[in-house]
Amino acid sequence: MFKNILLATDGSEHSNRAIDQTLKMISPYKDQGHIELVYAVDGEKSKKDVLKYGDSHTATAKRKEKFLDTIQHIEGQGVKANISILHGEPSETLIEYANNGNYDCVVIGSRGRNKLQTLVLGSVSHKLVKYVKSPVVIIK
Amino acid sequence: MSISKIKEQWFGNVRGDVLAGIVVALALIPEAIAFSIIAGVDPMVGLYASFCIAVVIAFVGGRPGMISGATGAMALLMITLVADHGIEYLLATTILTGILQILFGVFKLARFMKFIPRSVMVGFVNSLAILIFTSQFQHFVDETWIMYALVGLTLAIIYLFPLVTRAVPSTLVAIVVVSAIAISMNFGVRNVGDMGALTQSLPFFALPNIPLNLETLMIIMPYALALTIVGQLESLLTASIVDDMTDTDSDKNKESRGQGISNIVAGCFGGMAGCAMIGQSVINVKSGGNGRLSSLVSGIVLMFLIIVLGGVVVQIPMAALAGVMIMVSIGTFDWSSVRNLHRVPKTDASVMVVTVLTVVITHNLAYGVLAGVVLSMIFFAVKISKVRVLPLYVHEGRKKIYYIQGQLFFASVTDFLDSIDFKDDIDEVTIDLTESHLWDDSAIGALDNLETKFEQNGVTVHFKGLNGESSRLLNRLGGVSKSAGH
Repeated sequence: MFKNILLATDGSEHSNRAIDQTLKMISPYKDQGHIELVYAVDGEKSKKDVLKYGDSHTATAKRKEKFLDTIQHIEGQGVKANISILHGEPSETLIEYANNGNYDCVVIGSRGRNKLQTLVLGSVSHKLVKYVKSPVVIIK
Repeated sequence: MSISKIKEQWFGNVRGDVLAGIVVALALIPEAIAFSIIAGVDPMVGLYASFCIAVVIAFVGGRPGMISGATGAMALLMITLVADHGIEYLLATTILTGILQILFGVFKLARFMKFIPRSVMVGFVNSLAILIFTSQFQHFVDETWIMYALVGLTLAIIYLFPLVTRAVPSTLVAIVVVSAIAISMNFGVRNVGDMGALTQSLPFFALPNIPLNLETLMIIMPYALALTIVGQLESLLTASIVDDMTDTDSDKNKESRGQGISNIVAGCFGGMAGCAMIGQSVINVKSGGNGRLSSLVSGIVLMFLIIVLGGVVVQIPMAALAGVMIMVSIGTFDWSSVRNLHRVPKTDASVMVVTVLTVVITHNLAYGVLAGVVLSMIFFAVKISKVRVLPLYVHEGRKKIYYIQGQLFFASVTDFLDSIDFKDDIDEVTIDLTESHLWDDSAIGALDNLETKFEQNGVTVHFKGLNGESSRLLNRLGGVSKSAGH
């Protein structure tokens, strides 16, 4: 049974689908489940957000705000949830975070926002499958 | 600061800092040369500046992991000073800028940066990008198609090489490849050596050779002020970006002082004024640098490479540098601000556009910031000066109650008085200020005025619902003596 779940999200459609599928997956024992959403902020995003919101504290608050609806959506289904925000190159930080924590599985959507990058560099999800120690579920 | 914290900031990440420092040094060299050329001085002036600033800020800066050096924003402000008065005045201005920045830090003025609206910041960044871009046009004058081809090749390598590997900075690869082609084919295109001398020696201490009098001060003061503002703006913005990338806090006032100290040192050692660099700092953190060591390493490696490889560096064709600068300008521009222009409030959009236009027309980033701030203030005053007045008749039309919603101050009192009907045939008037606030003398004056006008027509006036601060102001200024508070 996957109870303690780490779910990598970038706020995209694909990530939201991953959330819905995860909820479906754990629905038989949802009262025991916990989904930790994790969002990695890379350098370009930092630059853009600080320009937009003025400073790092406000940017962090705004990012958390952005996921409030999602968390409410998950908790509305009777599953506990929270959000963690990481800083750095997404795949590296996500892998490190996942391996340092004690998760029953890691869930990720199959394709994030940047299609060109996925095409050329390989996707974050591929890297996660390769280097994360716990089971990885990719939602297509 | 405790010993353990100093140790952590210096030696907490030696491997990452050294590697990132080397990568940054390689990226700093072409930029330092190109920014010198924008300012109209020898390449050494920018290289010495980047060396001095990077080394000094490593010790005195407030934001470990941030990279500072000669920058485009600062270079753009110096063009007319160098053209009219020469390099010695630039060095003096650099020292004065440093002194002003130290004062900025000592008096903790970093907190006033919040008065610069975000649309002005975005306009600042965009106009900086535009100016860096347009400053490259001069290199295309009287050049053949070879120049265009080399610039195109530089850009192609810069943007496509990362698809092969990200271990080596693609700008460096582009410069090496394009230089090799230009040198071996002997195209005869202009190179760095044609733009000024490159001395392969360490900078030495020398105070600027200028007359120390009021006249000199009058020449350099306006430039130093502009450099101070722009330098602090970009440095504190960069510090916030590094804060966010590393998820740590930094001491902004210490950083302001540090920028000042490093500029004074730069000016004394033949370098031009500089500040923090957004692009280089992002490269540094991405390459694994987050301590003070990376800035120190980048400065030392930069100087070492110039001393060892100076003979090669002068042969870099201007086409390669122009390509790098075009990449810098594309990377600096905040493209999302243009994509979202129709979505943000019209006032914000126009502040951004006015900031950009002012800079592009005056070629002075400081004027653009000033224009943007003033315009934002006007917009704010207009927005907040909207007062809603809701009249209501009671007592079979013998009494009228005015509900006032909004801020009463100098900009709003005219509208407020215009919406009151003094010719009404009534006995009594109540002004309900529960949802309002009196801010200044004009507001008190307006209430006095209103009371007098009604009383001329034999109408009694009552004020009610004044909040605490407003009634204190009223008492202090002694207005509305008869009926206030009833």
